[in-house]
Amino acid sequence: MKKYLLAVLVDNKPGVLTHVSGLISRRAFNIESISAGYTEEPDVTRINIVVSVESKNELDQVVTQLGKLIDVIKIVNLSEVESIERELVMIKVRADKSNRAELIDIVNIFRASIVDVSQENVVIELTGQQSKIDGIIEVLSEYEIIEIARTGAIALSRGPVPVKRM
Amino acid sequence: MNGAQAVLESLKKEGVDVVFGYPGGAVLTLYDAVYKMKFPHVLTRHEQGAIHAADGYARATGKVGVVFATSGPGATNLITGIATACTDSVPLVCITGQVANPYIGKDSFQEADIFGITTPITKHNYLVKDVKELPHVLKEAFFIARTGRKGPVVIDVAKDVFDAKIDYKYPETVTLRGYSGVYDGHEEEIAAAVEAVRKAERPLIFAGGGIISSDTADEVQKLAQKLGVPVTSTLLGLGSVPADTEGFLGFAGMHGSYASNMAIQKCDLLLCIGMRFSDRVTGRVDGFAPKAKIVHFELDRAEINKNVTADLQVLGDLRWTLPRFNEQLAAVGESFAEKFKGWKDEVLKMHKEHPFSFVEQGDVIKPGALIRKVSELSDKDTIAVTDVGQHQMWAAQFFDVFKPRHFLTSGGQGTMGYGLPAAMGAKIGAPQSKVVLFTGDGSIMMNCQEFATIADNNIDVKVVIVHNCILGMVGQWQRLFYNHHYSQSELKGKTDFVKLAEAMGLKGYRLTKKEELDTVLPQIMAEEGPALIDVLIPEEEDVLPMVPGGKRLDQMVLGGSK
Repeated sequence: MKKYLLAVLVDNKPGVLTHVSGLISRRAFNIESISAGYTEEPDVTRINIVVSVESKNELDQVVTQLGKLIDVIKIVNLSEVESIERELVMIKVRADKSNRAELIDIVNIFRASIVDVSQENVVIELTGQQSKIDGIIEVLSEYEIIEIARTGAIALSRGPVPVKRM
Repeated sequence: MNGAQAVLESLKKEGVDVVFGYPGGAVLTLYDAVYKMKFPHVLTRHEQGAIHAADGYARATGKVGVVFATSGPGATNLITGIATACTDSVPLVCITGQVANPYIGKDSFQEADIFGITTPITKHNYLVKDVKELPHVLKEAFFIARTGRKGPVVIDVAKDVFDAKIDYKYPETVTLRGYSGVYDGHEEEIAAAVEAVRKAERPLIFAGGGIISSDTADEVQKLAQKLGVPVTSTLLGLGSVPADTEGFLGFAGMHGSYASNMAIQKCDLLLCIGMRFSDRVTGRVDGFAPKAKIVHFELDRAEINKNVTADLQVLGDLRWTLPRFNEQLAAVGESFAEKFKGWKDEVLKMHKEHPFSFVEQGDVIKPGALIRKVSELSDKDTIAVTDVGQHQMWAAQFFDVFKPRHFLTSGGQGTMGYGLPAAMGAKIGAPQSKVVLFTGDGSIMMNCQEFATIADNNIDVKVVIVHNCILGMVGQWQRLFYNHHYSQSELKGKTDFVKLAEAMGLKGYRLTKKEELDTVLPQIMAEEGPALIDVLIPEEEDVLPMVPGGKRLDQMVLGGSK
């Protein structure tokens, strides 16, 4: 299985996410993550989809099937061009006086930040590539992780050309 | 003007000449507008009847079929028909009522999330909550339904939108950023396909339903004549070349002709035109057309390499690609027909040795004989409609289809209950044609309430029930693969179809003996007005030949009927 990140530009109107996510599930494609947000154009939403597929053929099916949706304006496979990929994670870890200093060290090494502290816990925030986020979670698993919230990946291509002109 | 009147004005502007539907609470304002504007409307006896009727109308005419239904159960009764139209790419616009805006999302009376429910089975759908959206939504819906790969569009309209006042202006054009409806192709792909023909020794044309829906049958006939090669079709492709075309082998696939399937397995070039490689037509995919270079002429890019990998793709609207393909082939200047004659003769010899056939048996009526007789009694303009099951396959085997849009059947979904309302819609759309329905004693019961619609409106449809007292195709599979365990498939009930016809207000006849095909049937077929003809056939009758599930096309079980 190989992962690809697709940037999907869609009309910003009600029901669009239903059309996109519905298509993905009924066609039995494997979705790792999906996230949507506003763009520089108010009437366009950008949906970032990470798919894992067996073959190029399957990837082609994901793209062409999605392309059939009336609301879909454009689909670009960002894994095929040079791009920067990021995820955001927030991790709540059990922490008291005895280990707080150790946790701060780990946070500094990963260039993460502590965004909330209480007597019993800290909340750590990190943005980065998936592998980096997997890394901090692995290190922190030596402590007691209470809760994780993680977004899907988003990406932008390098250089001045936006997805809509690709 | 209110929203309801705006809907009807828009339908007029789209050239809609009839609507099929059923009223209810959420669409009362719409129906009041129908009343005031005297808009042509056919009241069916069930919403499923309405949508299959619209589907039959659309398939027979090439126009967009239009349906009205109320919210909740009214709209959910359309679901089977929407899925049927979606799989077979039939253009429909379904206008359903939704509860009024303040009631949406409150589990209100007759509320169901039709937008959510129909998303997977429509080409596109809308929920209209503001009357200002109505004109552009209607304009878009018709544009989307009838362009590109055609399909059903649902417009769910909140009840208060029908009542709201609107300053009505219908847009002249459609602006959709992600959809143009234009599918021009690429010259180089056509050139590559021409080159493939030049290199081929044993080419075969495989004609699909896309030819029918794009009205390009004449181009395919030209192509077949130019190349002088055999032609096979899918179930939905029947009618793309006339049945008496020299070199036409009938349809291919699970119950297709021996010669079609063998030619697919033996050919070295398969020109697949407007088809989607359904599992019913390919048999086992990894053994499908093993020697052939597959050229896929297709408008929907997502169909290329979905089920079968194509060696060459010719993307684009068949109305664009086929004329260019024909032109370029003509420009080559070779005598293809001469070159391919040996191959064509070889295939035709197979077809002559193994035609669709059946064995006569005493004085009982064999289904093949029945359908062949109806075919003989029909003119070339007769539209044959089928329900789903054994009779559907026998109809595809033994009824001669001469024109596109003259064989209407639920191919992709295999929807039992499709036939009667679809036949009714076809007759309304094409009143100049005779319409005959082949159905089974299983299928007919699924929407038999529409006999009332047929009788009340005197819609001249001849309904031939191929009556074997069993769910025939289910029974056939139980016979072959489940040790003759006829689990829940036997229909030896007390229903009298002749009386059913009479109760609903049309004539009913029963045929039980072979000679009645010659003595009684011609008279019934010649009479004016709708009629039900209940024809008793033997119970244990198989549809043959057959490619068993999971087998290759050349692993057919042969033999005519017992």
